Amino acid sequence: MPLILFGGLIFGFGLGFSGMARPEVVLDFLQFEDFGLLFVMFGAAAVSGIAFAVMPRVRDSAPLTGDAYGRRLKSFDRNVLIGGAIFGVGWGLSGICPGAAYASLGIGNVTILWAIGGMFLGAYLQGWWRSRAANDAPEATSAD
Amino acid sequence: MVTDLIALQVAGELFPNGISRYAVGGLLVGLGAVVIYLGTAIPAGASTFLESTLSYVSDQSRFQRYVSSRDWRVVFTLGIVLGGLAFAATVQSGLVTTSLYETGTTGELYEVGGLTLWSTDVQPWRLLVGGVLVGIGTRLGKGCTSGHGVCGVGSASKTSLVGVATFLTVAIVTAQIVAALGVSP
Repeated sequence: MPLILFGGLIFGFGLGFSGMARPEVVLDFLQFEDFGLLFVMFGAAAVSGIAFAVMPRVRDSAPLTGDAYGRRLKSFDRNVLIGGAIFGVGWGLSGICPGAAYASLGIGNVTILWAIGGMFLGAYLQGWWRSRAANDAPEATSAD
Repeated sequence: MVTDLIALQVAGELFPNGISRYAVGGLLVGLGAVVIYLGTAIPAGASTFLESTLSYVSDQSRFQRYVSSRDWRVVFTLGIVLGGLAFAATVQSGLVTTSLYETGTTGELYEVGGLTLWSTDVQPWRLLVGGVLVGIGTRLGKGCTSGHGVCGVGSASKTSLVGVATFLTVAIVTAQIVAALGVSP
């Protein structure tokens, strides 16, 4: 747990440093006024990619959890496209995504609580709907 | 010589604030994810927190599946908030000065107890409506900018690459339309 807190701390500091905690900077990117965001996302992916590629060869399992090292692979289905598109509309409208929203609160952006509240509401709506769908058709379980 | 000048000019237009702050910030974001991964083998995503935290207050089956991870996800999110606060307390407050930070012209800076804090000018209705769509979309689409964008792309996951291409394209189109309609900020 202290390690997760520490990792989150670096993660959040990086989001603040890169300006991603400011919705305006993200919107500037989406409006093609400043392409810096690409360096944030792909820079971060490059760093994590090294760990994802190297660690499974160095050790079998993580020291703290005993879990096997692996890559983050999720099954593909229609929901990835539908969900991605809905997320895209929300991201394009607000300039905010979950991780950046938490960091934004940290840099003092109290107004962002509107977005965080909205995210919980959205997550609840889809969860409520999908829980009900799963109860109606128990054999059709979700893939993730 | 001439091509160098043109290259510089193009770079200046594409990156009016340079690339260093973005690259350094991105490396830190990746490092944060790596620290967690090294210790726990968890590829951390930020949006599952929304559902896993709802499992404390709702017994819907969709949320209850995250009971086993909900505690560390709260800690991770708390870490991200505190990381933002640490940035505000150091760089944003001027305690640590770096040429990579500019106060910027958007949003509003304000002081609380010696801390320089920042708040957005983006209108609350955009944040709220956008937030609802982000909440639905990230959970339905199995990830957000950290899960798909950082950990998924880092894993060369085809699902994540398709997911990122989808939300990036739709977000660009959306933001351009919103701007064209004259909504600002």
